Amino acid sequence: MHQVEVATTRETLLDSPEMVLNMGPQHPSTHGVLRVVLKLDGETVIDLDCDIGYLHRGMEKIAENRLYPMIAPYWDRLDYIAAVSNGLLWVETVEQMLGLDVPPRAHYIRTILTELNRISSHLLWLATHGLDIGSFTVLLWALREREEILKIFERQFGARLTCHAWRIGGMPNDTYDGFTEDVTRFVDNFPHRLAEYETLLSENRIWLGRTVGIGVISAEDAIAIGLSGPALRGSGVAWDIRKSRPYAAYADMEFEVPVGENGDTYDRYLVRLEEMRQSRLIVQQALKRMPDGPVNAKVPKIIKPPAGDYYHSIEGPKGEIGCYLVSDGSSRPARVRVRPPCLINLQALRQMCLGHLVADVVAIIGTLDIVLGEIDR
Amino acid sequence: MDMLALFAPPDLINGLLLKLRLGQETINYVVWPFIQIGAVVTGVAVWAAYATYLERKISAFMQARLGPMRVGPWGLLQPIADAIKLLTKEDLKPDRADTYIFFFAPFISVVAAFVVFAVIPFAPDWGVVTDINIGLLFVLSVSSVGVLALILAGWSSNSKYALLGGLRSSAQMVSYEVAMGMALIGALMFARTLSLSGIVSAQGLDSIWYIFYQPLGFIIFLISGIAENNRAPFDLPEAESELVAGFHTEYSGMRWSLFFMAEYAAMIVVSAIATSVFLGGWYFPGVWRLGINYPHLFVALSLVVFLVKMSVLLYVYFWLRWTFPRYRYDQLMDLGWKWMLPAALLNITLTAIAIFVVQALDGWRGMDTVTSLARGVNLTATGKAIMIAFGALGVFIAAGMLSVINHGARDFNLKKQRVGIRLTNPPKGQTAVASAAAAAAAE
Repeated sequence: MHQVEVATTRETLLDSPEMVLNMGPQHPSTHGVLRVVLKLDGETVIDLDCDIGYLHRGMEKIAENRLYPMIAPYWDRLDYIAAVSNGLLWVETVEQMLGLDVPPRAHYIRTILTELNRISSHLLWLATHGLDIGSFTVLLWALREREEILKIFERQFGARLTCHAWRIGGMPNDTYDGFTEDVTRFVDNFPHRLAEYETLLSENRIWLGRTVGIGVISAEDAIAIGLSGPALRGSGVAWDIRKSRPYAAYADMEFEVPVGENGDTYDRYLVRLEEMRQSRLIVQQALKRMPDGPVNAKVPKIIKPPAGDYYHSIEGPKGEIGCYLVSDGSSRPARVRVRPPCLINLQALRQMCLGHLVADVVAIIGTLDIVLGEIDR
Repeated sequence: MDMLALFAPPDLINGLLLKLRLGQETINYVVWPFIQIGAVVTGVAVWAAYATYLERKISAFMQARLGPMRVGPWGLLQPIADAIKLLTKEDLKPDRADTYIFFFAPFISVVAAFVVFAVIPFAPDWGVVTDINIGLLFVLSVSSVGVLALILAGWSSNSKYALLGGLRSSAQMVSYEVAMGMALIGALMFARTLSLSGIVSAQGLDSIWYIFYQPLGFIIFLISGIAENNRAPFDLPEAESELVAGFHTEYSGMRWSLFFMAEYAAMIVVSAIATSVFLGGWYFPGVWRLGINYPHLFVALSLVVFLVKMSVLLYVYFWLRWTFPRYRYDQLMDLGWKWMLPAALLNITLTAIAIFVVQALDGWRGMDTVTSLARGVNLTATGKAIMIAFGALGVFIAAGMLSVINHGARDFNLKKQRVGIRLTNPPKGQTAVASAAAAAAAE
């Protein structure tokens, strides 16, 4: 990673107008334990370096010593805001290696719950992004809606945030009684709530001043760095794994992918808001078309995928989260590698921040929507 | 007027004090001032404490929650619990901080905020604590001492966040004080005095609030006042998302709460000045009738009127804070120097022209505009109508002029700069490509 050069001798320190500001790992708006070393001229950022690893748990190494079903709960803790999506990644990877035929009902339920998870993740992003730019009310309003989703999760999975949603081959159980009503109620109320947030932010001059033209990244640069998810689509690249390589039941769903134009913080904000609306449409469709039937495929007692390697990725709320899995034919994986969207999106931070002010760094970290659990793994 | 009578307490209290065998001079110059000081300081401290309670409640209702509910009924004792908590907290000093400056900065801040209340005319008669003939100048100069505390606190903390916060606050307060002072000049032209109770009386004599003559001045004063108090959306010195807590990052316990009290006291000060200068102070249509038969009741009621007007302005403070995001440092400076200051200067010019025109019109073709100019500008109904029209015109002229000055600025054209998003439906199997043309080619 890039290293910030720091003036060390007495002469250079006194002569230079530069100041090194250590932001994090204990800072209110670095979204966890990210440490950013800023070199400032006045308040302008002239250099920047990220220091990560404060939350490193060795997930990939741990996975080498666990049976395949035992790894799934670890995967839920990668991006703990979107546990349902990450869990889906693991079970789908193993299912595809095994060539399991997952019943369609399970696919539909998976689609509904991952989309709800995407909405809850985006709501948390909106809440914290709003707070970073100083709008406290958005925080509590967005968390109010997220609460409804977490209640559905609690009833379905038994936990609000740290839920373990799936099993290899399907689901641990079918939906609970009243699931459809709960989801329908949420889906019906949601557009009205989103409109409320927009009244607070979208047309607000201060919000525009803080986001329009801030943290711009061009489509070419975004692809070169490897950005994915809303961070990529904000720059105008229409690329979404739900469309390009559909998984679960996304092939049957009709939805559109919002893309921005300027590649700035404001476009990414609009893209995420629109994604929430599209997610809501997907949930509605999936609820309407959900077939009956079993939710589990027949799965062998001990899972031993054939030797070989396999890559599967899904569109997580933050971007393409992928899993590269090497199997030697035993009951434990030989090597697992996660493609972490947040870590790769974070690489754009330096390019986005240079020349901006300290306040913009906070806004840009917010717009990248990073989760340190997944960056450090 | 007899000098002794000027400082005399109301008869009721005077009688009580005389019974304690105190001389009239002792009462006037020692006992009564101390009673007044005690009443104001206690009142303001309690009010500042309860302003935090109000803010928490109001913000809670705006955010779909309840706010403090545990201590006392509806959480009414919360400020007292907070005070006890803060008093018993450890008083920390960072390593290698400048001890003396670090310890004294909060006192400068709180004293600067509280001293101003000496000249605030809360009510007529005995409601005025001190009436000095340079009242408004006194307020502006004392409240600008407060910035010193912020710089010193930021500098002495030996913390980069605090230092940045201190620098920001000094730049911000200095910039906005200019516009704030300028915004008041228009009203002074009408009142023709700097004494705050004189300004209020002038509005009473003319039986109009200066907000009608000076809408532009009022807007500028309010915005600059909020900025000068470092309140959201201008709370950059203590922007918690960037600078952790700005200049008071390293403070804890009671020293921190002194800064906090100073902030609320300063809010109350700005509300009080705005009330006195623009909203007619203690005057309210109809209340004066009581003054004929029940003078003390009249004073008490005037006090209530004053407090209600101030509370409305305080509510505006809360309202803005919980609605808006935060400005960025350079945007804040732009707003101060490119919008507020030119508008304030324009306001002075327009006010001078308006007063000149209204005076010139007096007697022209039988028009009757000016009643008297002895104690402030007193106008007839026609004169008032012309003056109000000038005031409203000023807002539009200022808006037009400012948009001409700033038409090229980034922040003025924000809505044009955003393009918005479009909805796409990428086909299956597509890879990420940079442009729409490349996407079409891939298809």
